[in-house]
Amino acid sequence: MRTDKKKRIVAGGLRLVLALSALVAGAAVASEAPGGVIKPAHNDITNIASLQRGARNFVNYCMGCHSARYVRYSRLGEDLGLSEQQVIENLMFTGERIHDTMRTSMRPEDAARWFGTPPPDLTLIARSRGTDYIYSFLKSFYLDPSRPNGVNNMVLPGTAMPHVLWEREGLKEAVYGGESDAQHNVVHKRFKEFRVVRPGSDTAKEFDEFVRDTVNFLDYIGEPMQLERRSIGLRVLAFLLVFFLFAYFLKKEYWKDVK
Amino acid sequence: MSATVPSPQSGERSRLAALVDWIDARFPMTRMWKEHASEYYAPKNFNFWYYFGVLASVVLVLQIVTGIFLTMNYKPSAADAFASVEYIMRDVEWGWLIRYMHSTGASAFFIVVYLHMFRGLMYGSFKNPRELVWIFGMLIYLCLMAEAFFGYLLPWGNMSYWGAQVIVSLFGAIPGIGESLVEWIRGDYYISDITLNRFFALHVVALPIALIFLVIAHILALHEVGSNNPDGVEIKKVKGPDGHPVDGIPFHPYYTVHDTVAVVVFFALFAAVMFFAPTMGGYFLEHANFEPADPLRTPEHIAPVWYFTPFYAILRAVPSKLFGVVLMGVAVLAFFFVPWLDRSRVKSIRYRGWLYRGFLIAFAISFLALGYLGLKPATPAYTNAARVFSVVYFAFFFLMPWYTKADQTKPVPERVTYHAH
Repeated sequence: MRTDKKKRIVAGGLRLVLALSALVAGAAVASEAPGGVIKPAHNDITNIASLQRGARNFVNYCMGCHSARYVRYSRLGEDLGLSEQQVIENLMFTGERIHDTMRTSMRPEDAARWFGTPPPDLTLIARSRGTDYIYSFLKSFYLDPSRPNGVNNMVLPGTAMPHVLWEREGLKEAVYGGESDAQHNVVHKRFKEFRVVRPGSDTAKEFDEFVRDTVNFLDYIGEPMQLERRSIGLRVLAFLLVFFLFAYFLKKEYWKDVK
Repeated sequence: MSATVPSPQSGERSRLAALVDWIDARFPMTRMWKEHASEYYAPKNFNFWYYFGVLASVVLVLQIVTGIFLTMNYKPSAADAFASVEYIMRDVEWGWLIRYMHSTGASAFFIVVYLHMFRGLMYGSFKNPRELVWIFGMLIYLCLMAEAFFGYLLPWGNMSYWGAQVIVSLFGAIPGIGESLVEWIRGDYYISDITLNRFFALHVVALPIALIFLVIAHILALHEVGSNNPDGVEIKKVKGPDGHPVDGIPFHPYYTVHDTVAVVVFFALFAAVMFFAPTMGGYFLEHANFEPADPLRTPEHIAPVWYFTPFYAILRAVPSKLFGVVLMGVAVLAFFFVPWLDRSRVKSIRYRGWLYRGFLIAFAISFLALGYLGLKPATPAYTNAARVFSVVYFAFFFLMPWYTKADQTKPVPERVTYHAH
């Protein structure tokens, strides 16, 4: 059972590599790439409202199973413009303290028994996998009766994660197209598109925004200082430019004597 | 004369001078300052390529200082290492800046050192009488590679773990003692907490000390024989009435102000990376290293950090593991023999013929190409390309005695070429 799963994960990885190399090769090829196609997330880390919605989504939908064990609630409040009271009332549900980190209540032993593997910590998922990957992953669940959860994922085939967002997104199935070569004898089964089988509570646009906000939040917690570092970087470069002018003219002055 | 009242200013000065005299009677302060700065005569025709030695020293200082501050919060244990790095990134005041300086500094170190080495090959800075300068430099490079390798395990990410696993296992290819040697290096049957602890000791104590001593030896040897220059002319041959080389200028103040400009430009480039692209798209900090070390799960594609990839490509180009390891070792050690492989009477590429120029360009291209191929998965096409470039790489060294001798050299001028700017 476990090796089977491992194989599928490896196959998924290979497919991902294929998809990525196709992306590199050109957009035209990418649209025809087999399996899970990675689509750009287009999230905006400077959009505080989106980050706040993402935080809400994260504590409501992700934290049942996943932790963000290096993220402190207090820091979250400071960076997202929320007061301590707002953080406590809206983001903290299980009696944590404000300086605690975001930990799921699910015990890893239980998780391993229920899902086969404990759900990964999500603090750095945006840094290890990239925002586009998570965005595409969350939008690529489809019905697959052969899976224990009844769903599979185009981006990570054989994933242990159930389709947590199904009530919002609805349920989709994968539609495949066939392709044959010149001799009409080899047929490739290729993923064509998703078809909605049962609509959810969100419209497609609402769900897209929901996922984008969540990904945006994951991007932020992966590197909470990224906004700060850019603004400091600009000031450092401005200082170095001024320093450069002084250094340059000082050098000129001294080197006048060198004949 | 005792009636003269010294002005407060001159009194100040004489007291300072007295202090200097007091020190000089006990420690060669003034003598060292003169020998290595104010009266160290360097050729006046240094060009762009001569910045990288200074930049390498700047990066060394940067790495040591940031390293000290990282050590204050880093925990060298398999259970805590990964979390302590995230603690530095999130909870330590300016910890993220110190960490990014250190991680960007590691790559910057190799960039400036590679350019510094290439300068040596272009202008023949390894040739008589600078063989020891070159040897010390190569020892610095070896230590630097070891330093980078040990340091890369410390964040205890999954790429740290598997990178160390792959590199350490290379020693297993040595017949007979291989397996026990690998066990001895790891201190365990696999890369574990014990390995992490000893790598930490080597990274923060042993190798920095070795590096500092070697850098001092490198500079002392250089100042003993004097700097080479883009013309490969010995400036000591033509001296003025004051006994100083006519084409030399005191390092201080001329080169201190000159190099300050370069350091500022370098800092600007460094800051651009550090503040706007600290992972450099996964080349300076690899994506897989943001996942904690997992002995049961390998990253999809294991590749060393970019500065090791030329040698990694050579290793993979050889079908036999043992021979690959040997060849990789030769690829690094070959540099040591360059002063004796080169038979040319001319130092600088300016007065050498097209043979040496051609081989050097081909070598530089191969080095870059191998670096690129080492980052890629070893597909058959890439492996074949790596074989071709490996042959060129080694041809540069092994054919050197012949092509440098056969090369058509031009006459070297007595004095350096210099246009006042």
